[in-house]
Amino acid sequence: MKEIIGILKTMIPLAAPFLYAAIGETFAQTSGVVNLGVEGIMLLSAYGAFYVALNTGNLWLALLTAVLIGLLMGLLMSFISVTLKAEQGISGIGLYLFGYGMSSLLFETTIGTVKTINGFRPASIPLLGDLPVVGPLLFQNSIPVYGAFLLVPVAWWVLNRTTLGLKIKSVGQNPAAADSLGINVDGIRYFSVCLGAALAGLAGATLSTAVVNLFQDNLTAGQGFIAVALVYFGGWSPIGVLGGALLFSFVNSLQLWMQVLGVKISSDVAVMLPYLMTIAALMFSVNRARQPAALNKPFERGES
Amino acid sequence: MQGKQAAGTSSLLHRSAFDWSNVVLHLLLPLAGVLVALLIGALMLLILKADPLAAYRALIDGAVGSVSGITQSLVKATPLLLVGLGICIAFRANVINIGGEGQIILGAIAATWFPLTFNTWPGWLLIPATLTFGFLAGAVWGFVPGILKARLHVNEILSTIMMNSIAQQFMYLLIRGPLMDPAGIAAGTFLAQSARIPQQATLPRLVPQTLLHAGAILAVVLAIVVYFFLWRTTIGYRIRAVGLNPDASRYSGINVPFYQAFSMTLAGGFAGLAGAIEIMGVQHRLLDGITSGYGFTGIVAALLGGLHPLGLIPASILFGGLLVGANEMQRTVQVPSSLINALLGLIVLFVSGSAIWSRRWAARRNMGVQNEEEKS
Repeated sequence: MKEIIGILKTMIPLAAPFLYAAIGETFAQTSGVVNLGVEGIMLLSAYGAFYVALNTGNLWLALLTAVLIGLLMGLLMSFISVTLKAEQGISGIGLYLFGYGMSSLLFETTIGTVKTINGFRPASIPLLGDLPVVGPLLFQNSIPVYGAFLLVPVAWWVLNRTTLGLKIKSVGQNPAAADSLGINVDGIRYFSVCLGAALAGLAGATLSTAVVNLFQDNLTAGQGFIAVALVYFGGWSPIGVLGGALLFSFVNSLQLWMQVLGVKISSDVAVMLPYLMTIAALMFSVNRARQPAALNKPFERGES
Repeated sequence: MQGKQAAGTSSLLHRSAFDWSNVVLHLLLPLAGVLVALLIGALMLLILKADPLAAYRALIDGAVGSVSGITQSLVKATPLLLVGLGICIAFRANVINIGGEGQIILGAIAATWFPLTFNTWPGWLLIPATLTFGFLAGAVWGFVPGILKARLHVNEILSTIMMNSIAQQFMYLLIRGPLMDPAGIAAGTFLAQSARIPQQATLPRLVPQTLLHAGAILAVVLAIVVYFFLWRTTIGYRIRAVGLNPDASRYSGINVPFYQAFSMTLAGGFAGLAGAIEIMGVQHRLLDGITSGYGFTGIVAALLGGLHPLGLIPASILFGGLLVGANEMQRTVQVPSSLINALLGLIVLFVSGSAIWSRRWAARRNMGVQNEEEKS
């Protein structure tokens, strides 16, 4: 019983980076742009946030730095993919290599060794935090973790109940029709990609300043790519993404606990689990009908 | 997913075998991309308070300044060329193979296990058998995402990235377990590496006292073979047809899913071969970091080589040199070689972004041809 609660308690913060990154990617993909550079954005902003936190001790400034890094990388991605209409799979890999290379370079030159910081502390929510079992599990987390879970209904509301959400969907489904109605297709796509990238920045910062409180080379270890897979898995809906994020953080948490408890299974096999699960998740993402029709297609006026 | 990427990739694919008027454009744009990336690198060096001129001098010096530098560059170009060939084949079928890293690892594992097991075989038999086995192991690792894409529409970029991580863990499992060097266990060091493969399984050296091995020649020969395969055989034609227009290919009776899975399998095979050659020619044993990031750098080389097997030869030599130079730069100017990784990312962004100009240029030229046809 103690172990089960332990697994669930680790799982909640572990879900936060997935949530930020995958919900951000949901916005980008709903507008028709696949941003495969999420991993690179997460790495560089995780570094940026950690560096600021280490040197100033100001965690809010750290989050702001991460968001700014995300925004800048989002602008770069939009320029290449929307304005220059590049093949998105390739430009995303370019962004990943850039983010990974830069984070390693800066880590080696400015920090050098793995250090830890005092990251965001758990903030107990009055009354709810005192509940038995549920309290420590759900209502004694850090602010970035609460933020990630709050983002789910907010994103759902923006996508499904606002004009902006409708515009994002329309440029992802039928950019030519949206264009003919006077919607600025490129503008909406820039906005969605940059919003997604800023959230990927928050995902990186949450990881390095609220979940593990350290930075090391390749800290994310594929979480950014898994987040992209979660968008397919979740059928381009924030609620679906929430389910996927919880499932994956559960497996991650289980894997960590198996190592702690010394379950007779090689840690190498345990580490493989999330990656195997991602492939399985992609195999069973049958919700293709909900895929934005113009996903991965650059828009050019006058082309059908 | 399939078909949806056609619009974007086709610009990179719309290229016949030898179109010299195109070569200038396809040579100049990517090279300009490399140049801009190096300029941005210089800026980053300034910010890091390093002298860019000294750093780049060290880089060039390291790559081509000595016999050992040149041969080292060619040694690193060899796996890049092989991985790049696979990426070319897959890309021609409009399948993006990001799984080079994992496929290299599988090839390397196979090429370690095989000669260690059949260590009594003579070299003339053991070397080709090991190379074949390495190719097959990589091919299996490419087949899985290939068939998943063809049958279940699983995004191959994501699945290959996951396959990379799985292969990495699989290798750790082996070099810490069944494949761990018995000598290390006996000595109590427990180094996470395999035993040395038998001498007769290693590739012959081309230049004495250097690392340059026969694998480099094999890679160049294979580049020519792949060129003929893609442009002079029916299967190659079908692969390219599937990439250019999957719908039209389907209507003309080409089994599109088969060729997608097949091209990915071949891509995995070539990367596996790269891993096998890295074991047999350079490291002689399996150890962590065996891929040296060739799976990703191979993508950059393939893009810069215009996704053409022959264009890949100079491109992989260029990047082989960059990797060797980066190590020298790290030694003499203390700039981490990860700078080069960041620059590789920028090069990919520039090359993929600049495709718009070659596309527009091609469109304009096609229009010109049409106009002339109308006149005559």
